[in-house]
Amino acid sequence: MSETNELKVREKQEVAPSAELTKPGPVFTPHVDIFETDNSLTLLVDMPGVKADDLNVDLRDDILTLTGDAKPSLATPGEKIYGEYETGRYYRQFSLSEVIAQDKIDAKLSDGVLRLTLPKVEKATPRRIMVQVD
Amino acid sequence: MIYRTLFGAPGRRFGASLKELEEMQQRMDRLFNGFRDRSAGRVGVGAGVFPAINISEDTGAYYVSAELPGVTSADLEINVTANQLTLAGERKISKEAADARYHRREREAGRFSRALALPGDIDADNVKAGLADGVLTITIPKAEKAKPRQITVQ
Repeated sequence: MSETNELKVREKQEVAPSAELTKPGPVFTPHVDIFETDNSLTLLVDMPGVKADDLNVDLRDDILTLTGDAKPSLATPGEKIYGEYETGRYYRQFSLSEVIAQDKIDAKLSDGVLRLTLPKVEKATPRRIMVQVD
Repeated sequence: MIYRTLFGAPGRRFGASLKELEEMQQRMDRLFNGFRDRSAGRVGVGAGVFPAINISEDTGAYYVSAELPGVTSADLEINVTANQLTLAGERKISKEAADARYHRREREAGRFSRALALPGDIDADNVKAGLADGVLTITIPKAEKAKPRQITVQ
């Protein structure tokens, strides 16, 4: 991927949640980058319009859930005369295959991008078992 | 007389009514498309140019907003002329460690540029732009002569 390619507009993907929602409004799937190094798993999630207080990262039973609400107060004042995108909730779930050190999870939100670092649990040092021969 | 009104030039009448029907169909289509878009609460991707924008207006100004996650103000260039706004920049994605193995790559980096003509004259000297949480908001005051003026009846 070259650095200077032209960006194309992509329509936000709206998701139909499995359970019925109690709150009205659209739910979108944020775009993510996921990469892994030897000792951690990192997720970069595009969530424009979401403030740190409205972002929820939840990890239980190896299911990572990301929820973020774009504040409607960020919408511009006045009467809408032209629209190409909508705002609402971002929601995405991942099933993790690695064991994560839950207490060391680091989440940073800057310019509408969430950077979530999930450190892996250090593997137990391999033990070599000597087979005794009688 | 009666004969002529009822059957006179039937071909022409028939042709005219067909055209009318066609026009009506087009009008209906437009109406229904409008309804469908509105009920879904969206207008679609519109121009198909990055970034997607929303525009609103009140009596004093136009407000343009765009979602630009990961774009810093240093990578963004906004220019205004008489009634045109140009938005250009580059979205960069930081390089990660060399040993990073990617599982998913959905975020995109690249340049973008968009020009839009505003419906009325603007006060180009007082345009303000703010970038917060990945959302760009531009406030474009209307030119004095483009503002609605209330006229008191004497």
